Amino acid sequence: MEGRQEAGKESKSCLPHFAQMEFSVVRQHEEFIWLHDAYVENEEYAGLIIPPAPPRPDFEASREKLQKLGEGDSSITREEFAKMKQELEAEYLAIFKKTVAMHEVFLQRLAAHPTLRRDHNFFVFLEYGQDLSVRGKNRKELLGGFLRNIVKSADEALITSMSGLKEVDDFFEHERTFLLEYHTRIRDACLRADRVMHSHKCLADDFIPLSAALNSLGTQEVNQLKTSFLKLAELFERLRKLEGRVASDEDLKLSDMLRYYMRDSQAAKDLLYRRLRALADYENANKALDKARTRNREVRTAESHQQQCCQRFERLSDSAKQELMDFKSRRVSSFRKNLIELAELELKHAKASTLLLRNTLVALKGEP
Amino acid sequence: MSAPVIFDRSREEIEEEANGDVFDIEIGVSDPEKVGDGMNAYMAYRVTTKTSLSMFSKSEFSVKRRFSDFLGLHSKLASKYLHVGYIVPPAPEKSIVGMTKVKVGKEDSSSTEFVEKRRAALERYLQRTVKHPTLLQDPDLRQFLESSELPRAVNTQALSGAGILRMVNKAADAVNKMTIKMNESDAWFEEKQQQFENLDQQLRKLHASVEALVCHRKELSANTAAFAKSAAMLGNSEDHTALSRALSQLAEVEEKIDQLHQEQAFADFYMFSELLSDYIRLIAAVKGVFDHRMKCWQKWEDAQLTLLKKRETEAKMMVANKPDKIQQAKNEIREWEAKVQQGERDFEQISKTIRKEVGRFEKERVKDFKTVIIKYLESLVQTQQQLIKYWEAFLPEAKAIA
Repeated sequence: MEGRQEAGKESKSCLPHFAQMEFSVVRQHEEFIWLHDAYVENEEYAGLIIPPAPPRPDFEASREKLQKLGEGDSSITREEFAKMKQELEAEYLAIFKKTVAMHEVFLQRLAAHPTLRRDHNFFVFLEYGQDLSVRGKNRKELLGGFLRNIVKSADEALITSMSGLKEVDDFFEHERTFLLEYHTRIRDACLRADRVMHSHKCLADDFIPLSAALNSLGTQEVNQLKTSFLKLAELFERLRKLEGRVASDEDLKLSDMLRYYMRDSQAAKDLLYRRLRALADYENANKALDKARTRNREVRTAESHQQQCCQRFERLSDSAKQELMDFKSRRVSSFRKNLIELAELELKHAKASTLLLRNTLVALKGEP
Repeated sequence: MSAPVIFDRSREEIEEEANGDVFDIEIGVSDPEKVGDGMNAYMAYRVTTKTSLSMFSKSEFSVKRRFSDFLGLHSKLASKYLHVGYIVPPAPEKSIVGMTKVKVGKEDSSSTEFVEKRRAALERYLQRTVKHPTLLQDPDLRQFLESSELPRAVNTQALSGAGILRMVNKAADAVNKMTIKMNESDAWFEEKQQQFENLDQQLRKLHASVEALVCHRKELSANTAAFAKSAAMLGNSEDHTALSRALSQLAEVEEKIDQLHQEQAFADFYMFSELLSDYIRLIAAVKGVFDHRMKCWQKWEDAQLTLLKKRETEAKMMVANKPDKIQQAKNEIREWEAKVQQGERDFEQISKTIRKEVGRFEKERVKDFKTVIIKYLESLVQTQQQLIKYWEAFLPEAKAIA
């Protein structure tokens, strides 16, 4: 599986715009990014939280493992090798499936948003039968992107220090302090959740050579330990699968959720930046108007500019308020759903493990 | 930090019914105490014996012993019993790094862990030794368990006595194995040697994979603890009250789970991993005993060859008609005939002893492994049950998020 992501999409739509009721096209990862960037650059959506772009599929860790497996460790048996290979294939498949799901979530959020769903680029993305010819960014665009990041850092400073801007609205003041701290902490939590998941995976993988060694022991024994070792080997093979499921459930319900809201809270922060920039523009326009009035020059232009800035700022503030409240309720319901599912799955696996272990114990104790 | 009580090996296992013998003796090694300062410091362990056997003057008594005392005991027993075919349990390994840390006074968790590991190993060593019907009768063992003062074992300074013995034996063996082409009249011995060779390899492999398991479980524990902290921080930031509370609860659950992983890692190690490493060293002792039999055979062979030469000499002297030389030859023949007979007796004795020992050893091994496997699985069950408890308590909290 290579880096380029292809995702077939099916869209069922009731929006009046679409020519057909059901259709599907093939899109690559770069085209999703193009769509996301198009939204971000659109001034009309400045007051909205733009759903975070889906990530590239990350096969790096799995690729490393595959390479190591290929390099070969002559001491492992054929069965062990086959199991490890199977594990890796399952891993690849899981990552692929996950990434497809994330691309889907991105589009679903767009489709659910009353304003964003009406975007022309969105229709094109969903409908246009051919390749969107989204070429990789050329040097000018890359430079533009680079400059935009610098501006963004300046925005970050803006939002953190407020550099003399007077925030008049308590709501936004609270949101600013909240989001800054929240984003940092959720990023931390996400990284650490990843490490926990990784440890579970390592543990599960350890059961492969463990089970194989017990199998060899059991096969060679001539006494009563034969059955004990063989049963243990089987037990660890089954426990391996359970441990693997614990790892992948924690990944989906915890890590991925935290990661998603890390990105979403960044998108919310971006919204706050845009609003603050609008506020700065408004303040500058006010100053320019005062200056024009004292000099009695180009007052009309200054007045209309000031009015424009004021309207833009107020429009952004209104829509931002709604968006931020939606963000909160979305976040709360998503955490609720995922935490419940996480707890239920953990319980399911723990109960299955207990059953397995108890059965093995009964079998072993029953031996002469 | 000692291994949680629930995972201690049961003292009741000491009761044995091999060959109709019942040994009522329990040994405990406890209370490690640092004596002295700096590089001359050492750990003293309390060795407690509980027994109803009449050979001991009391039914319950305890003494203080240091690590080199244990090594001294082993080297005495090894020098008396190994070469006649008894499988003498090996003493725990010396560790220069581990001990230096303790001496230097590092009060961190790694030196406490080291001391606990050693204490447990010393206990298992003594328990195995007293289970041996012949060794139990040995006066040195009794002195070790009973007397308040023990002469300092000096030959453990540089290397343990067993270590030196091993080194010397290895060197000799290396030479001998090249030349001993033993006429194995008894297929049993060849079979058994092969079996133990295979067992050794398999146990080493298993041990390596259990060590990896222990390592990863410890990592899981550390990562879980780190995640718990960040979940708590996130909960503090969260401005939705019910979600904030649920996240704090999640953090608490994860903290408890971290504890669980730590305890499980203990069990992984003290029950499973240490059992395997004990048996890897025990099998080395078994192999040593087979080697001694080969040397014994070699000695017998050599005596037979020498006797042959002496007879040839006698014949030559008779032909050459040298009466005083003939007498000398006759004397030597008598001497070597006795040696040959002794050699044969020794060889038969060691072969008999080894057969009995291997039988006993295998019986012990089966019992040991079965007991530990069951205990280990029970520890795994307990961990899962705790997990169930924690998640069941958390579920309503998650559902309460409104």
